Amino acid sequence: MELLLHQVMAGLATGGIYACMALAVVMIYQAIDHLNFAQGEMAMFSTFIAWQVMQWGQPYWVAFLAAVVLSFLGGLAIERVLFKPIHNAPVLSSLVAFIALFSILNSLAGYTWDYTIKSFPTPFGHKPLLGGLADTHEAGMIGVTLGMLALLYLFFRGTRLGLAMRAAAANPDSARLVGIRVGWMTALGWGMAASIGAVAGMLIAPVVFLEPNMMLGVLLYGFAGAVLGGLTSPGGAVLGGFAVGVIENVAGTFIPYVGRELKLTIALILIVAVLMVRPSGLFGRSVVSRV
Amino acid sequence: MSPPADDIAGKESVPFVAAAGASGAMPAADVLHGKLAAGIPLRQLVILASIVVAAVVPFVFKSFVTFQLTQVMVYALAILGLNLLTGFNGQFSLGHSAFYGIGAYTAAIMMHRWDIDYFWTLPASGAVCFAIGFLFGLPALRLQGLYLALATFALAIALPQILKFGPLEHWTGGVQGIAIDKPDPPFGLPIDADQWLYYITLIVLLVLFGVARNLAHSRTGRAIMAIRDHPIAAASMGVNTALYKTLTFGVSALYTGIAGALGAMVAMFVAPDSFSFLLSVSFLVGLIIGGIGSIPGCLVGGVFVLYVPNIAEDISRGLAGAVYGIILLIVIFVMPSGAAGFVRLASAYLARRWRPPPAPRSTRP
Amino acid sequence: MKRMTRRTILAAAPAALTLAAIPARAQKKYGPGVTDTEIKVGNTGPYSGPASSYSPVPKSIVAWCKMVNDQGGVNGRKINLLSYDDAYTPPKTVEQIRKLVEQDEVLCTVGTLGTPTNSAIWQYMNQKKVPQLFVATGATKWDDPKGHPWTIGWQPNYQSEGRIYAAYIMKEKPDGKVGVLYQNDDFGKDYLKGLKDGLGEKKSMIAIEASYETTDPTVDSQIVDMKAKGIDVFVNTAIPKFAAQAIRKAAEIEWKPLHVLSSIGASVGATLKPAGFENCKGLISDFYLKDPSDPQWKDDAGFKEWSAFMDKYLPDGDKLDAGYVAGACLAAMGVQVLKQCGDELTRENVMKQAANIHDFTVPMLLPGIKCNTSAADFAPVKQVQMARFTGDRWELFGPLITGAVT
Repeated sequence: MELLLHQVMAGLATGGIYACMALAVVMIYQAIDHLNFAQGEMAMFSTFIAWQVMQWGQPYWVAFLAAVVLSFLGGLAIERVLFKPIHNAPVLSSLVAFIALFSILNSLAGYTWDYTIKSFPTPFGHKPLLGGLADTHEAGMIGVTLGMLALLYLFFRGTRLGLAMRAAAANPDSARLVGIRVGWMTALGWGMAASIGAVAGMLIAPVVFLEPNMMLGVLLYGFAGAVLGGLTSPGGAVLGGFAVGVIENVAGTFIPYVGRELKLTIALILIVAVLMVRPSGLFGRSVVSRV
Repeated sequence: MSPPADDIAGKESVPFVAAAGASGAMPAADVLHGKLAAGIPLRQLVILASIVVAAVVPFVFKSFVTFQLTQVMVYALAILGLNLLTGFNGQFSLGHSAFYGIGAYTAAIMMHRWDIDYFWTLPASGAVCFAIGFLFGLPALRLQGLYLALATFALAIALPQILKFGPLEHWTGGVQGIAIDKPDPPFGLPIDADQWLYYITLIVLLVLFGVARNLAHSRTGRAIMAIRDHPIAAASMGVNTALYKTLTFGVSALYTGIAGALGAMVAMFVAPDSFSFLLSVSFLVGLIIGGIGSIPGCLVGGVFVLYVPNIAEDISRGLAGAVYGIILLIVIFVMPSGAAGFVRLASAYLARRWRPPPAPRSTRP
Repeated sequence: MKRMTRRTILAAAPAALTLAAIPARAQKKYGPGVTDTEIKVGNTGPYSGPASSYSPVPKSIVAWCKMVNDQGGVNGRKINLLSYDDAYTPPKTVEQIRKLVEQDEVLCTVGTLGTPTNSAIWQYMNQKKVPQLFVATGATKWDDPKGHPWTIGWQPNYQSEGRIYAAYIMKEKPDGKVGVLYQNDDFGKDYLKGLKDGLGEKKSMIAIEASYETTDPTVDSQIVDMKAKGIDVFVNTAIPKFAAQAIRKAAEIEWKPLHVLSSIGASVGATLKPAGFENCKGLISDFYLKDPSDPQWKDDAGFKEWSAFMDKYLPDGDKLDAGYVAGACLAAMGVQVLKQCGDELTRENVMKQAANIHDFTVPMLLPGIKCNTSAADFAPVKQVQMARFTGDRWELFGPLITGAVT
């Protein structure tokens, strides 16, 4: 029983990472109706920017702010420069653009900062909590994720700008008709998603160590979590992220023999099984389209 | 993710399009409209010329080039498999690296552990992958877009793990993988193993491409494409969407599985980590660059997947990935609908310039 | 034609004897890729992709060859080292190696990196009879002169290291409960086998065998699991990123087992510094290379030579990263083999000379460790020395231990 508790807690801890990433994934999905394959690399690049600022002698909060602001501008720029020209192309063509972005950012980061792992500080420290079951950073990460979730909810539900963004994503043509500048809403969505990604990266790096390839695994798990929770529900994505972490750990420990080596497979099979029952994810709404 | 609705099946035919040998998957009524003045369809001429050139290549170039071109054909075949599912049927798949890997391992196990002649590995790989694809297609019926993507992604991730799994090591070779020999030329033909493998791959490619083209122009093909464009309308018209979708999954897996078997022979080695999720991404890139829904486009995709990373590395080793990404962006900006779309647009443009528009008549079938 | 009188024969004798003693200098035999002024050699490594943290190895091989060329080359010939990226994916390695052998026509390869990648080309190189020299991996299977006479490894193999750890554990903590962290692939399982074989009947000491994949974000849960199950001996064979995570997590949860780190993860720059030196106190590992951060080598001739090489040819390289040390050693070995070939630079002779190394050292091997090969022995470096991390450096202790698996 104690082992179960340990594994669940450890699962929640890694799940926190996935939840953070899943939130960024769903955020951008809501803004642009695409899955951003390069989300992880953008987050990684932003984290490196923060690291570099700290290397230049600035304190953590300056670096944090710099990374968030620069990411926002970067996201905006990427949308205007890269994706606007091809938004009339077949849907899958933008997939190539995402993959291209992934490749560019990964390579650039490796070239600039090389591939040795670097330690990244955390404002929460690494002291143990609950008798070693969790630590202060993990708690802080979960807290920040939930905080971002709350802020996003308030933004989208409670502000005019949030409403405009939702309209632009849901029905661009109608949104234009009521005077919303859809192009800039999309760009704004990108900017916000990039900033959230930056925060996610800066929360994740202290756990996994900063290096150009740190986000690929995280993105895949975050994606799984987002889908499990439902791509239309940020709250669901966060829960999905935690769930993936816990499932993976518990499956790895408790399913005899097979569990250890196949834990990711088992986790994914379970997710697919859930999708069978609820094809739009646990909390997602199925989109009804008129014929 | 909404299906690529603005792709070829929905477009009206343009007279010169078929002549330029562009997309192979057009509605049956519009095929072969283009003819040269001499009355020989340009399209057939292009295909025939390509086959002749392809047949001669191994004797002109070094065996390394032959090896690379064989690999290009293998990738083209794998991409065609993905095309059948994603391009023609609108089911998004991130899992084709798994089918490729299963095909490769089936061939390797048959050749290495059971000493079966290489020839039988091709249909065997195809059959195994068809079965797995079909079975996978059943639960996939309930999923759409990104949710389906995740399910297929699960398949791509699961395969390397299963291949490394301890109890199966006796067959799969575990993490060490399996090394196999290239097939020897039969009847003592005066060609080497590389060239023989090239020809086998070329023949398999031509046959399977031909089958795909016929499929695309048949009733079944139209049904498949109808499901992609408008599933509800298709169902209302009496198309058994469930059957077609799962069958397409199976056939798609079959194609990619056979490609995998050939790929194993080309590389002479199979290992779990050769078939990672990143391979799926490569296939997808190849598919999109070649042109979704275009059969000849798959060849362009294969060429792209093999050569462009090398070109990127030649330009700058330190920033090879960045260069690759930039090339991808340039290509997709210039050709948003892939190479096939580009050819289509170019030939339409040329058609307008060089031929006066025909007397007004209805082009609708 | 002079008649062969006794006198002419006697006069010619010294000349003939001299000629016989150094036949290589007189006959020039060239294999592919060799001219009077150049020797073409090939290499592949992970410049990109998931294993790109090992890119210092091929980079330093390239740089070392440049240095040798600036110093005059090998017997008057410049080394033209062609190094390609294989992104640690075996099919890509096959393609690049075929390019090197069939298109670039290199004489041999040196220091190709990775276990699965070298496995992919193993059969090909042996079929084509191209020397696959000093592969940058410690898999035990490379020492196979009978089955694969064209492939030779270099570093002490993983199974030997595993057995050495087993011997150490049985001496220091014979009643311990052992947990192993290993990468779920070729090299990880090699370590595990060595450890199990070394423990022999006491194999049951291993209570947990925890694997990880390179795509896993962290190994934290494996560490938590081990502490929960009361493991008190932890054998950590992970690559730097995960080894560092394991070290830091163990410190965070205040778990202090006997922590044995494999040589793969023992680099000060790549693992210990990010993990935090204070968390690394008491770590045990085995070394065959000099650790660049160890001040005891400050005045050592070999270290100074390597350090000068880094300053001039790789000024941006992190001197604390052991990858640059390994690459330099592999390159130096390759250069030695080419030197030993003299003017007979054929593939057969290259392989013959590779199997003909006697008591040779390279600058960064620990003092006392010598490379030796023979026709039946394809493991150049067999010895290691144990070390303990004091909190700011690795302190070597004990004698040189010879690996038991050959």
